[in-house]
Amino acid sequence: MRLIAVDLACRRGGRDVFSGVSFNVGAGELLAITGRNGAGKSSLLRIVAGLIRPVGGRLWLEGSDPEFGIAEQVHYLGHQDPVKPSLSVLENLQFWAAFFAGGAIKVHDALESVGLGAIATLPAGYLSAGQRRRLSIARLIAVKRPIWLLDEPTSTLDAAAQHRVAEFMRSHLNEGGLVLAATHSALGLSNIQELSLDRSVRSELHSDAAGMEQPAAAAP
Amino acid sequence: MLPGWSNRLPPRHESPNESEMTPLTALLLRDMRIAVRVGGGALIGVLFFLVVVSVTPFAVGPDLTLLKRIGPAILWLAALLASLLALDRLFASDHEDGSLDLILTGSAPLELVAAAKGVAHWLTTALPLVVAAPLIALLLDLDGPAEAGLVLTLLVGTPALTFIGLIGAAIAVTLRRGGLLLAIIVLPLTVPVLIFGVAAANAAVAGPVPFGTPFTVLCALTLASLVIGPFAAAAALRLDME
Repeated sequence: MRLIAVDLACRRGGRDVFSGVSFNVGAGELLAITGRNGAGKSSLLRIVAGLIRPVGGRLWLEGSDPEFGIAEQVHYLGHQDPVKPSLSVLENLQFWAAFFAGGAIKVHDALESVGLGAIATLPAGYLSAGQRRRLSIARLIAVKRPIWLLDEPTSTLDAAAQHRVAEFMRSHLNEGGLVLAATHSALGLSNIQELSLDRSVRSELHSDAAGMEQPAAAAP
Repeated sequence: MLPGWSNRLPPRHESPNESEMTPLTALLLRDMRIAVRVGGGALIGVLFFLVVVSVTPFAVGPDLTLLKRIGPAILWLAALLASLLALDRLFASDHEDGSLDLILTGSAPLELVAAAKGVAHWLTTALPLVVAAPLIALLLDLDGPAEAGLVLTLLVGTPALTFIGLIGAAIAVTLRRGGLLLAIIVLPLTVPVLIFGVAAANAAVAGPVPFGTPFTVLCALTLASLVIGPFAAAAALRLDME
């Protein structure tokens, strides 16, 4: 399976966020998307997830069942954690597992693997930000989908949990999955392609703030 | 085992029902669960309905003939307002916590998702109201057959209110104060339902018009909105996400 993008361009709110973005990610590979704030990391992931339409370029998937679109094969882990406070931890995960897959799903095992097994019956409203994020990550473990789109996956997580997320990503890659991650922090993984969005910025607004827009200066 | 990622409970067996669920049943059950729990909107609607109808006799005065005459209209108006109450949260709560993004990456078509959410909303907010209507009709001096006719019109007409409201809820999803806009969008669209609902209820209460004619039109309005509502709502949601 290969996910290929050619010359993607994105426009949000009348402003060109990026253009000419191309990548080619194969099974077992991780694409780390880097760039300064506002460079369009989240927008790129949302384009791949099919949540926003690119204004230009093409995106396609090679070597997968043509019956399913890209959106049906991705796990999108965005900034927000879709957790309903009045449902229990278990009910939240069970809902997403049933919504995405049906079939026999090891919801409990997924909760155990992110360390929420002991509080499965607690209403999710009592969870901390880090625990909510773990609950979102449990969704990726419970339901198998080949492409993971991770937007700042480890923000709000403690060091041990970050380490564990890297492990999840590694085992997903070993099983032939693809990972696209927008991140500021080094994930501690090998086999990484890096895609910097800073180079592809074409800004219309910044004639007076040219210093801020030097791609090299803004790159981390 | 890393600290914080402990393994304290043995894995349990899944109940077969939970694992065999289709995406839409899962969504329906989740929405109903949320509605009946703390902070959900299920009981608010029916309580609002009861309060509005019970204060009407105080405003109108204890004139039983008058109450009997305007009773169906009051019950229908109260039902309309009550069904609008929780509607603005229908898609907005899913949009705010990112659930809507994930729902869009699911395999279920958005039209059916909207329909499932509409059904869940009707079951939790409008159905209790229909059940409570016979009790509250006593306050307005309606007797047996009139009550039965009235309840029947509410049972058939409230799905139309919910599914028309679905469109407004989808349009108002990205707005912070969507509730008011929702009422402004939805109320004019519900006028036909209101006219034929009240006409059928009046026919059941007082005659002389036959009950069947307005009731059939009410059924037709409900069927049409059951079809149009989910498609329009899904189209509005797709626009919202852009």
